[in-house]
Amino acid sequence: MNFLQQALDYIFTAGNWTGKAGLGARIIEHLQYTGVAVAVSVLIAVPIGLAIGHTGRGSFLVVTAVNALRALPTLGVLLLAVLLWGLGLLPPTVALTLLAVPPLLAGTYSGIANVDPKITDAARAMGMSGRQVLTRVELPNALPLILGGLRTATLQVVATATVAAYASLGGLGRYLIDGIKIRQFYLALVGALMVTALALLLDGLLAMVVWASLPGTGRLRRRLPQPLLDDEVRLDAGQSGRTPDYNPGGPSPTVEGW
Amino acid sequence: MHYLFTHLDSAWSLTLIHLRLSLVPVLLGLLIAVPVGALVWRHVMLRRLTTLAASIIFTIPSLALFVVLPLIIPTRILDEANVIIALTLYTTALLVRAVPEALDAVPAHVRDAAAAVGYTRIGQLLKVELPLSIPVLTAGLRVVAVTNISMVAVGSVIGIGGLGTWFTEGYQSDKSDQIVAGIVAIFVLAVIIDVLILLAGRLITPWARKTKAAA
Repeated sequence: MNFLQQALDYIFTAGNWTGKAGLGARIIEHLQYTGVAVAVSVLIAVPIGLAIGHTGRGSFLVVTAVNALRALPTLGVLLLAVLLWGLGLLPPTVALTLLAVPPLLAGTYSGIANVDPKITDAARAMGMSGRQVLTRVELPNALPLILGGLRTATLQVVATATVAAYASLGGLGRYLIDGIKIRQFYLALVGALMVTALALLLDGLLAMVVWASLPGTGRLRRRLPQPLLDDEVRLDAGQSGRTPDYNPGGPSPTVEGW
Repeated sequence: MHYLFTHLDSAWSLTLIHLRLSLVPVLLGLLIAVPVGALVWRHVMLRRLTTLAASIIFTIPSLALFVVLPLIIPTRILDEANVIIALTLYTTALLVRAVPEALDAVPAHVRDAAAAVGYTRIGQLLKVELPLSIPVLTAGLRVVAVTNISMVAVGSVIGIGGLGTWFTEGYQSDKSDQIVAGIVAIFVLAVIIDVLILLAGRLITPWARKTKAAA
């Protein structure tokens, strides 16, 4: 408990937060590694997941890629990248991106692929083009799973960004690595506590975003039309015999109106 | 890659350490998570608490846990036990959520049939519901095993890393060949374990194949 006391003293001393190697700067570095890596993996994984989930072609590829990337040890990739390209933002970005792609790809792909086919069929039957089905029906319905993937990815990247410090880079891992190196274990504990706090904070925020994105709840209050197609199908089924007002020329008024 | 073939001896001994560090936690986690998961399955509050605790454990970064554990429990700071306990916690956290979900997925008519032929509640759980949840559990085990194998390598930063030792050694002596050898060895190990768990899962659920063939 002595270590804990020392570590908390360190964290709650204002002087340790400022300066080039202060807690503030380390947190910003840590968030920078995390932000860049997650952004790059979103740009890679989400389009691929959308395309494969929408067309249904190449599902085997997703499963294989996800499993293979998961087996790749991040520390090895990071250290190799540093040896090859030197210090800088590139090595942690490459290593952490490879870590973040599997959960994002899995989330996006299964989100899109698991949208009830009744809903997409109805959307197609109403005359939506392939792209409209994807952006207005599949994407909003898949959003919770996609954001769930984003949550997992962010969590893993925040936690793993600590190893960047081993390669003489910055981030909160510095406290962990340096603390062990100079055998001042309370410093290592400072790093451990700060990374855990940061991870819990980001995870809580993203959990709220996932909750807000559940389709049909209106929690996001988006301007995008809410595709409550299953409700309409149910409505129509209850009024059999009646043809709904339907203008084949323009977009379906009921969908736009929601 | 050349490094791997010229150092097969040390590769083998490091692989054994690596397997011990990553798979002992999988076994321990399974032994803890299945009973706990089955116990909390029917209790809404207990289940919520377990899920919450599991999510919090999962948020703690592995490297942080490797370092913090010896301060909480009486192990030495650079001890293998720290890695094994930390990974056991992660494995348990992941599986303890998967077990109730797997049990949920057992169809109601199967439950009714089991009750109708006279299974007690415990008998039903042990002989009907748990066996039927094996495929979901196997999927969870594969993820955990592969993740553990790649997480053990991180332990090399604190001096306990199995094949990950090649990363830190290679980095310090500027030998990218050694790092590549380590990546390849860990990757191959993860794929082999993944396939073995998949096959084991199929082997102990012969009925899954039969129903697929019938359908």
